[in-house]
Amino acid sequence: MTETKPRVTIKGVKEGLVFWIDDSCTFSEVIEELEHKLGKTHRSFLSGPAVPVQVKLGSRRPNEAEKEQIARIIAKGGNLIVRSIESDSPEEPKPLPPDAVVLMKGIVRSGQTVRHEGNLLYVGDVNPGGTIVCTGDIFVLGALRGMAHAGAEGDQRAIIAASYMRPTQLRIADVISRPPDEWGIADASMEFAYIHEGNMEIDKINRLYRLRPNHPFGGA
Amino acid sequence: MGEAIVITSGKGGVGKTTTSANLGTALALLGKKVCMVDTDIGLRNLDVVMGLENRIIYDLVDVAEGRCRLSQALIKDKRFDELYMLPAAQTKDKHAVSPEAVRDIVVQLKSDYDYVIIDCPAGIEQGFKNAVAGADKAIVVTTPENAAVRDADRIIGLLEQERIHGPKLIINRVKPLMMKKGEMLDIDEVCSVLAIDLLGIVPDDEAVIKAANSGEPTVMNPKSRAAIAYRNIARRILGDTVPLMPLEEKTGVFRKFKKIFGIG
Repeated sequence: MTETKPRVTIKGVKEGLVFWIDDSCTFSEVIEELEHKLGKTHRSFLSGPAVPVQVKLGSRRPNEAEKEQIARIIAKGGNLIVRSIESDSPEEPKPLPPDAVVLMKGIVRSGQTVRHEGNLLYVGDVNPGGTIVCTGDIFVLGALRGMAHAGAEGDQRAIIAASYMRPTQLRIADVISRPPDEWGIADASMEFAYIHEGNMEIDKINRLYRLRPNHPFGGA
Repeated sequence: MGEAIVITSGKGGVGKTTTSANLGTALALLGKKVCMVDTDIGLRNLDVVMGLENRIIYDLVDVAEGRCRLSQALIKDKRFDELYMLPAAQTKDKHAVSPEAVRDIVVQLKSDYDYVIIDCPAGIEQGFKNAVAGADKAIVVTTPENAAVRDADRIIGLLEQERIHGPKLIINRVKPLMMKKGEMLDIDEVCSVLAIDLLGIVPDDEAVIKAANSGEPTVMNPKSRAAIAYRNIARRILGDTVPLMPLEEKTGVFRKFKKIFGIG
C-alpha cells in the first residue's frame, strides 16, 4: 500500500493547535478526514481545556460556506476554539522591469491582432492585414508585411525593427508612415524605424546603438 | 471511416467550386468512393459544373430539416458509379442550416464514403462556419493575386480558430508567362506569405471554362494541363509523391523545331 499524504495534519504550537489542510485534494476529502480525525483517532482533543485553533489552508481558497463548515466540525466538541482560517496570500505577479522583452511566436495573419504591453520580440511573420501593437518596442524576427504600432501609448522613443521590413504601414506613437514611397528600402538587411524630429526614419539595425545611446537595447 | 475535406478560399471567384468538382471527379477516377457536398446555399453552382442540375430533387436544407432522408437527396454522377453529390438549396440562404446540422450530415456521409469534399461559399460568415463544421482537413484555394492571397491568409487564421490544423494550399489560375515577366505574384511569394504546405499549382486553362459550361469536369479531358494538375493533386491527397509539373507551356513551332534538333 502506498503512503498517502495526510489531508489534515494537526500540530501543537505554543498558542494552541494548528490544523494544516492539504491543498491538493478535494474539499469533500478534507471534510471526511477532518470528521474522521476528530471523531475517531484524535478524539482526545475534544475533551479537555479550551484550546485556540488556527486553520491553515495552503493555496486552497474555499468560499464562506465551506469555511463555516470547517469551523463547525472543529468547534463541535466545544473546547476547540477556531481563531483563524487562512489561505496563503496569492502571489502577486511581479511587474516586468520596464526594459524586459517578451518573446512571442507564430504568424500574425490577415485580420489578426497581437497586442502587448511593453517590448515584444515576435518570432515569425506579420502578414499583410495583420497588426502588431505594443506600448514599447517591436522586434520582428521574420517578415513584417503588415502593420506595426510601437509606443502605442505615446512613447516617441519606441522603435520597430524587422528582419525583413516590408510593412503596409508603420506607426510609432502618433506618427504614421507608409512605406515604401516615403523612404526607400534598399536591401534586405535587418532594419528599424524610429522617430527623428517628428518624422519616421529607417536605418540599419547596427545604427541603433548610436541613435539611441540610452535606449535599453541601444546602450552599451 | 472516410475523410472530410473542405475547399475554401475566402475570396469569391478563385475556383473553389471548380476545384471541388475536379478533385471529387479525380478521386473517383482513382477508384475512390466520393461524395461532394455543396454548402453554398442560395448560390449553388457545383451541380451546374458537374452537369447534374436537372437531377436535383431534394437538397441539403431538406435533409437538415428532415423533409427527406440523406440517401434520397444524394445524386449519382453520370460518369462514375461511386461519385455522388449533395446539392445546396437555391431558394434559401446560409441561415437555413446550422453548423451542427451540416456536421451531422458530413459525419453520416463519412461512414459511407472514402472522401467527402465540401465546397465552401465565399466569405467568412455563417456559410463558412457551416462548411467547416464537419471537416477534418482543409484545402485553401487562391490565385496569384494580392487580394486573393490576403483573403486566403485570413481564412487560414480562421481555420486555426476552428481547430482545423495544417490546411493545404492550391494556387489556381497560374499564368506562367505573366509570372516569368514579374507581372503576377510568383509561387514562392505566395507560399512565403501563407506559410502552409503547397498541394498543387493549377495553370490557367481555357479548357476549364469550356468544361464547366458543358457540365463536364475538366479532369476528364487528359489533354488539358489543368486536368493533369488536378489529377496530380488528387494523387497527392491519396499520399503519393508527385512532383510539381513544369509551368512552361511547351507550344510554338520554334520550340518544336528545337526539340526535333535536340537543343530544347
